[in-house]
Amino acid sequence: MPKISLPKIPDKVVPAPLRKPAKPGSTDAKGQAPQDLKSAPPERQTHVQKLTDQAKEAPVDVLAWVDQRTGASGFLTGMLYRKVPKGTNWFYTLGSATLFAFIVQAVTGVFLAMFYTPSATQAYASISHINNEVPLGALVHGMHKWGSSVMVILIFLHMGRTFFFGAYKYPRELNWVIGVVLLILTMTMAFTGYLLPFDQRSFWASIVGININGTGPVVGPYLSDFLRAGPELGATTLSRFYAIHMLLVPGAIIALIGAHMYLVVKLGTTAPPWVKAEKPKVAAPVAQLDAGVESNGHRGNGSAPTA
Amino acid sequence: MADEADKINGAETAPGQQRDKPAPPGYFEGESMTRRRVFTIAAQGLGGVAGAAIILPAVGFAVAPIFHRGKERWEAVGPLDDFVEDTYRQVVFTETEGIGDAGKTTAYIRKGSPQFDEDPNSFVAVSNRCVHLGCPVRFVEAAGNFICPCHGGVYDFQGKRIGGPPVRPLDQFQTRVRGGQVEVGPRYSVTSQLEPVRARDPGEFTGGIWEYLYPPRPSTFPAP
Repeated sequence: MPKISLPKIPDKVVPAPLRKPAKPGSTDAKGQAPQDLKSAPPERQTHVQKLTDQAKEAPVDVLAWVDQRTGASGFLTGMLYRKVPKGTNWFYTLGSATLFAFIVQAVTGVFLAMFYTPSATQAYASISHINNEVPLGALVHGMHKWGSSVMVILIFLHMGRTFFFGAYKYPRELNWVIGVVLLILTMTMAFTGYLLPFDQRSFWASIVGININGTGPVVGPYLSDFLRAGPELGATTLSRFYAIHMLLVPGAIIALIGAHMYLVVKLGTTAPPWVKAEKPKVAAPVAQLDAGVESNGHRGNGSAPTA
Repeated sequence: MADEADKINGAETAPGQQRDKPAPPGYFEGESMTRRRVFTIAAQGLGGVAGAAIILPAVGFAVAPIFHRGKERWEAVGPLDDFVEDTYRQVVFTETEGIGDAGKTTAYIRKGSPQFDEDPNSFVAVSNRCVHLGCPVRFVEAAGNFICPCHGGVYDFQGKRIGGPPVRPLDQFQTRVRGGQVEVGPRYSVTSQLEPVRARDPGEFTGGIWEYLYPPRPSTFPAP
């Protein structure tokens, strides 16, 4: 892959609290006033110049006001400029892609809910209305419908990346567990959303899906009754699926995505398995030190043996 | 109970040992619990009660339909002469009310046949719901079989499974005669010997140990 160097964002554009912290030892002209203050000190500025400067500073002032009261800049710089390991590549974007797919689902879902009627006798008509009469309705419905498949595909690819890169290992096991719960919740969303158009395909697919749930021994039959809200697929089944689809599970998904991303930032990401760990240049493991002192004739050398 | 807080607050001190901190407000000799601990337990207990007061009714509301059995429903599907013993007649009737066409179901009805040791004055109503996963089966007159389009389940004339993935014979509906009309009532399932049991969902075995692995649901009607 050819290396692409992106142009750096000039520091002048970035508000001061969000600027990338300078590398140690890289600061020059320490303690010196900026050039423009030397050539044009405040007392020599005209009224218009002062106002212009104030206007330029206004966005930064607003940010500083918020920052002083929330301390958000420390968190944001820590999160946005966190170190990532060597070898980080495009596969690491699958999680963000899944998150983006979820956001698409959430936004289009809210707009669909403005036109959809979760009633067994009116649901199909309201979906037809969205598709055929509402301006851009077919587009929004299509984004939601196809986006659900996109999200399921992406979450599986993201899980595959995590698995094949060994990123589920210590200390990231909990994040794997949260991810699996998110996968189950995503499948729940796909299952409950499928019934909502209430056409022939939705109806029979949901009957088959509920009956597959029912084949679980002992609890299966009760689980089916719970999903259907009764012994047969009825009027309350649709409301139930609708409530699960747009109230219960999305809340859980948002909360768990928060926990998932907190742990990603807290623990950092892994290097791909083909990137070998660099050998330490100065410090060596204690066992090697011992061995070196004992047998390699470094006794009295005064410096640690290089590994 | 000598827990950490008690030790710090000096509620329990070993004999002969000086307490190194001044007594907290309200402390008295021989108290078994610090004021802080009492309030902690009380606050958490009240919080638990308040949480349960919200969660329990909500969960109960969601799971209540499992234990609710609807009203028994009978529907007339045609005069006695409409049905014969050597073939089925298809009828469509409402099984679930309030959702329009989606609540309708199909049954295949014939007269009881002495060939199968059935009462000639009775009527057999076979459900068209495939017991594999719930697709609609069709009675194919030429073959005398019920055939499911989804995964190739095949049932014989009586509804017994003779091929494909289904796990038991087709469900049946209770029938009765009222005022010269055949009426169909609640659904029930059958074992492989066609003995009636309470209605099961598709995919669930019946008879023997399966009666315990797939227990009957309170929302279904007792078998005839």
